[in-house]
Amino acid sequence: MDAAGTADLIITAKEKISVKRRVKGAVLRGLMYFAAALTTVLLAAIIGYIFYRGVPYVTWNLLSTKPSLLDDNVGILPNILNTLYIIVIALVFALPIGIGTAVYLNEYATNKKLVRIIELATETLSGIPSIIYGLAGMLIFVQALNFGTSILAGALTLAVMTLPIIIRTTQEALKTVPDSYREGALALGSGRWHMVRTVVLPCAMDGIVTGIILSIGRIVGESAALLYTAGMANEILNPVKAVTPGNPGATLTVSLYMYAKERGQFNVAFAIAVILLLITFVINVSAKAAARKLRK
Amino acid sequence: MDTTATIKKQKGIENFFHTMFLIFGLFSIAFVLFITIFLVISGVPAITKIGFFKFIFGTKWASTASNPSFGILPFILTSVYGTCGALLVSVPVGIFCAAYLAKMAPGPVAAVVREAVDLLAGIPSVVYGLFGMIIIVPGVRKLFNLPDGANLFSATVVLAIMVLPSIISESETALRAVPKEYEEGSLALGATYTETIFKVTLPAARSGVLTSVILGTGRAIGEAMAVMMVAGNVANMPGIFRSVRFLTTAVASEMSYSSGLQRQALFSIALVLFFFIILINVVLRKLTSKGEVK
Repeated sequence: MDAAGTADLIITAKEKISVKRRVKGAVLRGLMYFAAALTTVLLAAIIGYIFYRGVPYVTWNLLSTKPSLLDDNVGILPNILNTLYIIVIALVFALPIGIGTAVYLNEYATNKKLVRIIELATETLSGIPSIIYGLAGMLIFVQALNFGTSILAGALTLAVMTLPIIIRTTQEALKTVPDSYREGALALGSGRWHMVRTVVLPCAMDGIVTGIILSIGRIVGESAALLYTAGMANEILNPVKAVTPGNPGATLTVSLYMYAKERGQFNVAFAIAVILLLITFVINVSAKAAARKLRK
Repeated sequence: MDTTATIKKQKGIENFFHTMFLIFGLFSIAFVLFITIFLVISGVPAITKIGFFKFIFGTKWASTASNPSFGILPFILTSVYGTCGALLVSVPVGIFCAAYLAKMAPGPVAAVVREAVDLLAGIPSVVYGLFGMIIIVPGVRKLFNLPDGANLFSATVVLAIMVLPSIISESETALRAVPKEYEEGSLALGATYTETIFKVTLPAARSGVLTSVILGTGRAIGEAMAVMMVAGNVANMPGIFRSVRFLTTAVASEMSYSSGLQRQALFSIALVLFFFIILINVVLRKLTSKGEVK
C-alpha cells in the first residue's frame, strides 16, 4: 500500500543506519523472499510433477468405463459418479440445516447463551479431524442406523462435516445485509419470516453460494471420513441405488488411495490426482469470484 | 373478522418458521453430543479392560499377537513428534511468508503467492500422500542411505507442507489487522521498515499468529490419509528414521480387519485423539476470545 513511500524514506535515512542494522535487515528481508519463493516453488513442483506423471493417462477410456479384471481395464467412471452422488446428497442435508442455523443465529435468536452454545458446537465440529468423522459416521450411520457401508452413510457423514462451513459463510453474508433493509421490511408490516425470505436471504445469496462451493471442495478432497462409511466399491450405481442404504462406493480420493497404496497402480493414481487438482483449481477460482461479488 | 383470521394465520406461520430455525440451530449441538457420546461409549470399554495406564503408557502395540498387548504410547509420541517437527519447519517459513505477503510484496506478486497458498490449502490429502510416496519417500531413502524411506521423517516433511498454507493465511490476516499507527510510530522513531515489521507489527499480531500455529497443530495431528501413505505404518516407538504409526493411522490401518478387544481398542485410540483435538479447541477459543477483547 504505502510501501513505495516508506521505501523512499528508507533510502534517505540509509546513511544514518549502522552496518549491523542494515545487515540484519537484509537477512530478514532475504528470509521473507526465501519463504515466499519456497511456498510458490513447492506448489509449482507438486502440480508440475503430478501433471507430468498423470496427464498422459487421463484418457477417455479411463473416464468413461468401470474397472474390470476380466478385460484388464481400469476406469474411474463409478468413482466420478460416486463423488457427484455424495456431493448432492450431503448438500441436500447440510444446506437447509446450515442456512437455517445461520438464519436462526442472525435473525431470530434472542437468547445470548443459546447462541454461544450453538457457535461453540459449530466451532467444535469444524475442528474435528476427518478420521474421527469417519469413525463416528461408521458408529452412527453405518451401524446404529443400519445403513451399512453405503454412499448414503458417507454422504450423511460429510453433511455433518460441511455443516460448519455453510453456517459460517451464510452467517457472514447475513451480517453484510444492512439493518435498514430489515427495518424497512418490518416497518411495512412484513412478518419476520416474510422479511427473511424476501429481503435477507436474497441479499445473502452470494455468501450461500460461496459456502456451497467451499463445501464441494471439502467433499471432493475428503477421504479419511469415507473409507469406512462409503466404502471402497467400484461398481456403477444409478441415482436410486445411491440413496438406498447398503450400496457402497469409492469416491475419486478413496480410489486414488486404493490404486496407489493397495494396488501400486501409480499411473491411474496420478491420473486421478490430475483430475482432483483441476477440480481444486476450478473450486478456488469460483469461490473467489463468488466472494468478490459478495464484497461489492 | 377476516383480518383477525389472517393475522392469526400469519402468527401461526411465523411461529412455525421460528421453531423450525431453532430446531435447525440445535442440530449442531446434537451432532457434537452424538459424536462425543458414541466415541465415549465405544472407546471406554477397552480402556477399562486394558487398564488406563497400561493403555496410555504401554510401549508395545501387538493387537493381533496370540498374547496381545495394547500400549499406545508409540502412537501418542509419534503424533506429538510428527506435529512438532512439522511446525518447526512450517511456523518460521509460514510467518516469514505471511510477513512478505502482508507487508512487502508488490500487488501482482502478492496475488500470485496468495493464489499458490490457497491452492496448497485446497489440494486433497491423498494427493499429498501420493506425491510423498513417489517423491519424498524415495528421496529420503537415497539422501540418508536408508533401506526404506517410509518413516517419521518423510511423514513430518509431508505434514510440514500441509500445515504451511493455514499458518500463512491466518498469520497474514493477523498482520494486516495491526493498526497502521503502530508502524508509523515506529518508522517515525527511526526504525527501518524491516525492523518495524519484526519488532512492532509481528509482536502486535502475536495472538493471531499463535492462533494460526494452533490451527496448524490441529490440522497436523488430525491428518490421516497422507501420513498413512508415507509413514510406513509399523507400530514402533518413534525414531526419526523408523517406520511409525500416528494416532490417526493406527485407527485407520487396522479398522477394516479388526474384531473384539482389538476393535474396541481402536475406538479408544480415537477417543484419545478426540481428547487432544478438544484440548486444542479449548486453547484456540481462549486465544481468539482474548484477541476479541483487545
